[in-house]
Amino acid sequence: MNKPDDQGRFEAENRREAEAADEYSRGLTPPEEEVPPGLITWYGGIHRAFDLRVKGASLMGPGIFWLLIFLAVPATGLIVLSLAQRGSFGEIQWVFSLENYKRLIGYGLFGWTPDHLIILGRSLLVGLITTILCLVLAYPLTFYIATRSPKVRTWLLFLLMVPFWTNVVVRTYAWLLILSPQLPPAQLAGFMGLIQPGTPLYPGSFATYLGMVSTFLPFMALPLYSSVERLNWELLEAARDLYASRIQVFTQAILPQTRPGLTVGVIVTFVPAMAMFVVTDLLGGSRYMLIGNLIQQQFGQSRDWPFGAALCLALMLLTMIGLMLYRRWGDLDGNGSGHGERK
Amino acid sequence: MTGQIELGLLVAQVQKSFGSHKALKGVDLEVRKGEFFTLLGPSGCGKTTLLRIIAGLELPDSGHVFLGGKDITRLPAAKRQVNTVFQSYALFPHLNIFENVAFGLKARQVSLPEVRKRVAEKLEMLGLDGLEKRYPHQLSGGQKQRVALARALVNEPDILLLDEPMSALDAHLRAQVQEDLRRLQRTIGQTFILVTHDQDEAMVVSDRLAVMKDGLVEQVGAPRDVYSKPRNKFVAEFLGAANIIQARRDGGRVVTDFGSFDLSSAPQWDEGTLAIRPEHIQLSDAPNGDPNWVQAKVREAIYRGQSLDLWLDPGPVRVRTHAKGRLAPGDQVSLFFPPEDLVALDKAE
Repeated sequence: MNKPDDQGRFEAENRREAEAADEYSRGLTPPEEEVPPGLITWYGGIHRAFDLRVKGASLMGPGIFWLLIFLAVPATGLIVLSLAQRGSFGEIQWVFSLENYKRLIGYGLFGWTPDHLIILGRSLLVGLITTILCLVLAYPLTFYIATRSPKVRTWLLFLLMVPFWTNVVVRTYAWLLILSPQLPPAQLAGFMGLIQPGTPLYPGSFATYLGMVSTFLPFMALPLYSSVERLNWELLEAARDLYASRIQVFTQAILPQTRPGLTVGVIVTFVPAMAMFVVTDLLGGSRYMLIGNLIQQQFGQSRDWPFGAALCLALMLLTMIGLMLYRRWGDLDGNGSGHGERK
Repeated sequence: MTGQIELGLLVAQVQKSFGSHKALKGVDLEVRKGEFFTLLGPSGCGKTTLLRIIAGLELPDSGHVFLGGKDITRLPAAKRQVNTVFQSYALFPHLNIFENVAFGLKARQVSLPEVRKRVAEKLEMLGLDGLEKRYPHQLSGGQKQRVALARALVNEPDILLLDEPMSALDAHLRAQVQEDLRRLQRTIGQTFILVTHDQDEAMVVSDRLAVMKDGLVEQVGAPRDVYSKPRNKFVAEFLGAANIIQARRDGGRVVTDFGSFDLSSAPQWDEGTLAIRPEHIQLSDAPNGDPNWVQAKVREAIYRGQSLDLWLDPGPVRVRTHAKGRLAPGDQVSLFFPPEDLVALDKAE
């Protein structure tokens, strides 16, 4: 009669032991410790509550100070400025109203026009298309670099960063030169009937996106590379082993793993691309008037700083909405498990 | 290959090089349907490369792989009825346990109720029920391994490949998992091929094993046969402690530095080496005049808990005996070398 009982007990014991071993290998069970009253354990150390608060404040202090000086103060200034008025000589009149915002959404001296909203929408579109183009190009590029030998890899990364050494204005002028009517690209396009022979390849969409992509590709490729470099290739093989198609391998094995780098790349590409004015100004022509150009105009020729400030805030708002949408997409796709593998 | 009703896996003259490194130099293997087969060898012997070729993750430079009589050499991994348990388990971190296990079925567009049923079956079989909603990073090493097993087995592959699946577990858990794995394979009767460098593991789980070295198969057989009748010095030493003794043939016997012995199967050479496991040498204090008995002196005694190892003069010969024995350096002992346990090794290197 005793035997089955014993058997049961052993089994339970075995299970407990195995579970303990599992727990142990996870490192989840810290050694039990007696904490004296009034004290708090924090990351393995025993502290007084007051000491912890001082420690926390001193650790957070510099960050808060930084945000205050470089974010809160200028942003407040911008908001205040956007509520002021332009004087007749371009000076700032501190008369507060929402006039600039009314102008922004199109109400002017001669009634309502959609011009400003079109510019805003166009900026969004150009930023979006540039980001997508960079993304599509960056994946094969980073996979190519990551699979080279270490020596070649260093060189390719170096080449990817070389453009940062010259100013974007200089690089854009270089494109003007390359696309000029006397050189083969424009002549070839003319020969193929894509453009009027003897004319340059700018201004236009092609030149604009060429300039935009060449400017922003490194912004997308470098963070993405940092993810691709650490890729666990076994996951790709596991997907193939489990009958996944090429598309499934990408969406199930590559995309989740590269999402951290992708997110950074999208943000650092999309945000400045939307506000770009140099490239669109030189390569895009009048059809590519973006919010960046408009802002530049207000602070430059028009000398209308308050309206410029309102435009800046509109751009910021647009950027934030874009990022929020992106985050939501990331969360939806990540099933709430967060980005990347948590340890 | 012929005469069998059910064809298993056949590997024929498979070669593979990576740059100037020859990983496989013409491997022939036959794995029977329903057996637990192990590829055993030190790191760099080509066992993982061979596994990857069977999985379809690598193409051989030459040679063929047949599965169930069909040539699958060039068939991509996604089209083979072969699934793999990867060394790091390779669970998808963004998918929960149910989705991980269901991955292969969903990729082949199995209907959802069927997927649910089969996943639940496998999760229960591996003691994972209740963990469906967890994510891989919330599991212990042992649980992750079982999820990887379930994810592969749920597809009912013709062959399950296991690439050193125990190496990420701590030693404590490993012994238990090895026995579980063996039991599992016996229960479901599917063909398993395991890659490992751990000879104990290979012994525990395998029906048959292949010892590999430098891209070649050195010996294939049941663990007991390979252990007690190693073909050469490498196999003898890789599968555990072995005494390697220089010898020459003299008529029907072999002569060594400390005596002459009868062998149950005569060596093919005139001068060569013998192998005998330390625990196969029998020990007694009383001398005996029979053949295969020799006298020796204990040089060193090493207590190992479950056994007592003696290094002897003349030597170097190691004897493994009961831990209860109390022998000290300098003691005289008599040894019996059973003729069936003395193995003449192949000369070829």
